[in-house]
Amino acid sequence: MHPTTRLHDVIRDARIVENHHPWPRAVVSLEGWGQASRLLSTGEWTLLALWGECNQVHMALTDNAGNDLGVLSIVCEDKRFPSIGKSHLPAIRLERAIRDLWGLEPEGLADVRPWLDHGKWNPPGPFVGAASAARVPDGYAFLTAEGESLHQIPVGPVHAGIIEPGHFRFTANGEAVVRLEARLGYVHKGIERLMTGASVERAALLAGRVSGDSTVAYALAFARAIEAAHGIEVPRRAVWLRALMAELERLANHFGDFGAICNDAAFAMMHAQCGHLREQVLRVADKCFGHRLMMDEVVPGGVKRDLQSEDANHVRSLLVDIRKRFPELVELYDNTASLQDRTVGTGVLSATLVRQFGCGGYIGRASGRSFDARRQPGYPPYDALRFDVPVREEGDVDARIWIRIREIEQSVALVDQILRELPPGPIRQPVGTLSAASAREGMGLVEGFRGDLLVWLRTGAEGNIERCHMRDPSWFQWPLLEAAIEGNIVADFPLCNKSFNCSYSGHDL
Amino acid sequence: MRRMLFKSLVHGTLTEAAPAADEAALVELSARVKEAARLRLGRTLSIREVDAGSCNGCELEIHALNNIVYDLERFGLRFVASPRHADVLLVTGPVTTNMREALERTYRATPGPKWVVAVGDCARDGGVFSGSYACVGGVSAVLPVDLHIRGCPPSPITLLKGLLALLETVQRGANAGP
Repeated sequence: MHPTTRLHDVIRDARIVENHHPWPRAVVSLEGWGQASRLLSTGEWTLLALWGECNQVHMALTDNAGNDLGVLSIVCEDKRFPSIGKSHLPAIRLERAIRDLWGLEPEGLADVRPWLDHGKWNPPGPFVGAASAARVPDGYAFLTAEGESLHQIPVGPVHAGIIEPGHFRFTANGEAVVRLEARLGYVHKGIERLMTGASVERAALLAGRVSGDSTVAYALAFARAIEAAHGIEVPRRAVWLRALMAELERLANHFGDFGAICNDAAFAMMHAQCGHLREQVLRVADKCFGHRLMMDEVVPGGVKRDLQSEDANHVRSLLVDIRKRFPELVELYDNTASLQDRTVGTGVLSATLVRQFGCGGYIGRASGRSFDARRQPGYPPYDALRFDVPVREEGDVDARIWIRIREIEQSVALVDQILRELPPGPIRQPVGTLSAASAREGMGLVEGFRGDLLVWLRTGAEGNIERCHMRDPSWFQWPLLEAAIEGNIVADFPLCNKSFNCSYSGHDL
Repeated sequence: MRRMLFKSLVHGTLTEAAPAADEAALVELSARVKEAARLRLGRTLSIREVDAGSCNGCELEIHALNNIVYDLERFGLRFVASPRHADVLLVTGPVTTNMREALERTYRATPGPKWVVAVGDCARDGGVFSGSYACVGGVSAVLPVDLHIRGCPPSPITLLKGLLALLETVQRGANAGP
């Protein structure tokens, strides 16, 4: 028995696919695909992901409350499918990527410039062997801006700081940014191709290296997708330890971001203080789980290492220290007018855009979209934990800082609860060989520090990965940075960019 | 703010004692860094970091070198914004085909004498990403590498030991005269 969603009531001619968990997947006709496209463009549903295969395109959708989820698939006749991006902007870059990787043609898509493909892959056309290099012209035509006294500022791919590579093309009128366009794909590693045919163990290693700052979240989403596909029951203690790691990861990243944003406003003291707090979190993670970033600690079936009671004390003293020091830093931020002068009213992102793009994380929540995958659709142990999801309406750099501040407070409270109520018992259910008579498909949706990330996969007869797609939250955040910067001065770009802190590696894959 | 600054003054430093230079790195460097290239650089090395396809894990730990616990600048090692100011390129990632040209151009923009340090397991040989159509597979496939610092990602202490070994080797050369 498959659960039915309202989505499938709407799309009547859908054919439900067997062995897809925990949410249903259906193959739809051209008509059904078009209907879904209309539901997206009218804002009744939100696009969660859009990805390709050799002769199919899939999209994951949710209603706006995040209660109802489902996947729709369309079989591509003649390697073509009707473009979603034609009427729903957030799909454009996803379709450009499908075109690069699979050679499938989104019919009606206006922007057919290559996205991930820079014409350098060897061999070109990773999945289909298509001569993609022929499609990539020598120059990349950036979008234009017209008007008097405009000049362009090209930045990257190698940036001035210790950050990931990407190219930003600013068109400015004096100090004011008229248009920003990002060109990404520089760190495309071909992870999805490496996943194809890989054993579950190797695929888990790759998932943990999609975006190093979210390694726990990715490992968790991957593990949950495998477990959903094969009906693996994870021991309760492992579920709680996973949440402990996820919240430590969130704390470390939010501390880092809080300090780094202030540093971009030349307020170095906050950077020093927050950098120290971040370092303490990483050291406690190292003591407890044997790795500072907790890489490869979440595995399909559970977690690799148990939390010893003396290590739990390290976490407790970390919480004591944060509770003592962090309020002073919040007060310092709140009372420093020169700092607020830079952050308040800078890089405003509208609630309309955030809703349209289904933009998650602190960016969405700073512009009034309360979506948090821990709440809706939700996953254990968060149903048994008490926490708030902070939301602000202002949508500026300041709001994105305050969301992080409040989330740090929530994560501290969550870690506290987890330590108090951590159930005893085993920490890993042996997964064994995942042989199955037929293909099995699973999906995981997890709230990383940056927002909701989705992993979809299918395992084959040998139990190996047949296809795995991972959608980083940044896919729906990068385009909005271009909207948020418009009309701001060039000098405020670092502040805006850092307050978004989108992933390059997670996006480029 | 004044209260916090005062507290920091009386609290004493949070910066930790320096580790010893990494022995294995000293051996690798002595073979690589030729006498002729050892010029007087004073006691400092300027570092330009280049992400050539890393997952960002290495960048996080390289960043940590600048925090008050490790305080890289006390050793005369500092990160600079342009390759034209750099003595050392610190390269991470399996070198994606899309980043290869940018990496080569960054190297060419760096004035000699210069050193290349490959950071992380995938900068060594592509790591988990080796064999991909989108990766060249290791920094040494593109540039001459003087030192490899292993780890996935290497911890700040591991990074520091490797960089101190580089500094020691360069200084020893400088003291011996050009």
